[in-house]
Amino acid sequence: MLEAILLTVITAATPLVIAALGELVTERSGVLNLGVEGMMIMGAVSAFAATQITGSPYIGVLAGIAAGGAFSLLFGFLTLTLVANQVATGLALTILGLGLSGQLGESFVGQPGIKLQPIVVPLLSDIPFMGRLLFQQDLIFYLSIALVVGINWFLFKSRTGLKMRAIGDNHASAHALGINVIRTRYLAVMFGGACAGLAGAQLSLVYTPQWVENMTAGRGWIALALVVFASWRPLRLLAGGYLFGAVSIGQLHAQAFGIGIPSQVLSALPYVATIVVLIIISHNRRTTLINTPASLGKPFVPER
Amino acid sequence: MRIELQKRPEGSRLFSFLSPLLALALTLFFGGIMFWMLGKNPVDALYSFFIEPLLEVWSLHELAIKAAPLILIAVGLSVCYRSNNWNIGAEGQFTIGAITGSILPVLYPEWHSPMILPLMLIMGMVGGALYAGIPALLKTRFNTNEILTSLMLVYIAQLYLDWLARGPWRDPQGYNFPQSRSFVPEAVLPEILDSGRAHLAIVFAVVAAVALWFMMRFMLKGFEVTVLGQSERAGRFAGFSARRMVWFSMLVSGALAGLAGISEVSGSIGHVQPTISPGYGFTAIIVAFLGRLNPLGIVASGFVLALTYLGGEAAQLSIGISDKVSRVFQGLLLFFVLSCDTLIHYRVRIVTQKLTGGTARHA
Repeated sequence: MLEAILLTVITAATPLVIAALGELVTERSGVLNLGVEGMMIMGAVSAFAATQITGSPYIGVLAGIAAGGAFSLLFGFLTLTLVANQVATGLALTILGLGLSGQLGESFVGQPGIKLQPIVVPLLSDIPFMGRLLFQQDLIFYLSIALVVGINWFLFKSRTGLKMRAIGDNHASAHALGINVIRTRYLAVMFGGACAGLAGAQLSLVYTPQWVENMTAGRGWIALALVVFASWRPLRLLAGGYLFGAVSIGQLHAQAFGIGIPSQVLSALPYVATIVVLIIISHNRRTTLINTPASLGKPFVPER
Repeated sequence: MRIELQKRPEGSRLFSFLSPLLALALTLFFGGIMFWMLGKNPVDALYSFFIEPLLEVWSLHELAIKAAPLILIAVGLSVCYRSNNWNIGAEGQFTIGAITGSILPVLYPEWHSPMILPLMLIMGMVGGALYAGIPALLKTRFNTNEILTSLMLVYIAQLYLDWLARGPWRDPQGYNFPQSRSFVPEAVLPEILDSGRAHLAIVFAVVAAVALWFMMRFMLKGFEVTVLGQSERAGRFAGFSARRMVWFSMLVSGALAGLAGISEVSGSIGHVQPTISPGYGFTAIIVAFLGRLNPLGIVASGFVLALTYLGGEAAQLSIGISDKVSRVFQGLLLFFVLSCDTLIHYRVRIVTQKLTGGTARHA
């Protein structure tokens, strides 16, 4: 029983962790992309479509990543090249993504999907309890853990990561030092998009292997809140992602048990939890200021 | 080849007028390409999407019905965005306004009095304003990001409405349909003309737009909004309080969204049901930007976006295209509006010079 619940928590947490990690990198470079929800849903629909057409969910995963990355380029072009307002452009990305995915996915509604099968790691999967939980998972779960560890190393131990954080904290100084601000930001935005696309692919290939319109159901926004919750640190983000996964699964199990609370109240729990967490994290102005990348959301036009 | 931007000393007047039109033209062009890719004749499709709805009286009424909530919400949002407060939860404030405004007709169905309608409208505004007050309180008191909190509150409001319509407010004589009893005639927003369904909401919308335009243009409060939005520091030197501005802008936009909500339920639907909005609160964000955050511009852009809703319905019937196309159009339009706005503040040059060995510059 416990094992079954924990397995569903992992499945629910993985897309949150991946999408939030991508956004974390984007924000560390000083760009606020509110279009996570839109990139995620584009990833979900593309992954599902590619899987249905080719019959291979692995091609679906690639299609999800590619769609998220490509969609984020639109955001990059507007905010980085044309210096459009980042908040508004991110919203535009979400609105466009939700509309476009509904349009693209229309013929796939109701089709049974193909689930991404678990990859069993030999030996390790024989460990009682833990083996079943952690080593009989699908590719995307393994990727999520590898990405968290990898990005944590990249940000705090690598030279390029240091440069990227410098850009996020003060783009003018970074530019003066000869770091290419715009190019780095493009890459960070695309990484964020690719991650959101991968998270979307997880939703339509693992979490519920089918296409439903608006199936992201606000997860992109919860991912944005997770980045704040994690104070822009990958390892805290992993913990936060699993906390949110647990809340959303907990309410599903509570609904299944039918404990006299209206289902709508339980469905609202993840959103209430997000607000509560934001309050707890943000109420200390000073620590928030220290943690937030200082040029987050500010436009940059290089002086030539 | 690369694109280089040069800041203009001041915004170009020509482009601040032209950029929304340019954005519309680009949207139509790419929309035509999209129809062509769907295997339709683009000219026919665009015609039935954007022209046909304008040719009949009843559909002009529908246009006004759909434009009213968009304009009401968007003029409120324009105050928020101009003062740099990012309320994106208007959809939730709309929903709560519809709920609080419907308390009287749903719970006291026997009450026939001319007083009921004004009370409903006031209660709707109060409900919307209070709901927008939550992110305002959290922002001023706990420093919480209003973008995320206001959006999360949308989901909560929608679930609350869903619960009410399926649970305690369900019509006992309604054969288990998830909707409340129908409002008494006194609680229905009256129609403005005999020729069709358009009701008072469009009048509220235009009045609100003109009032806020007047405030932004001629009153100190409007100046305060602009100054604090452009530079909080400069605003502080002028003695303006950013904290009070958070409250002011959120309450104004929440009240207008709430008014839109109760007007929609009372004027167009006539009862409470689980879903009352085809995303007006989000589309209004596009309306606000297409109107360049100017209340009068928003009146015009509200009709344009209302047309995308109507066109979607029309195109579904006449040429068999899914009405989801309208959301694609809305998204495209916002993108083009934002990109074209660059032309107002920057001169855009496309540089094609070749980099030669010795003088290579870092791009």
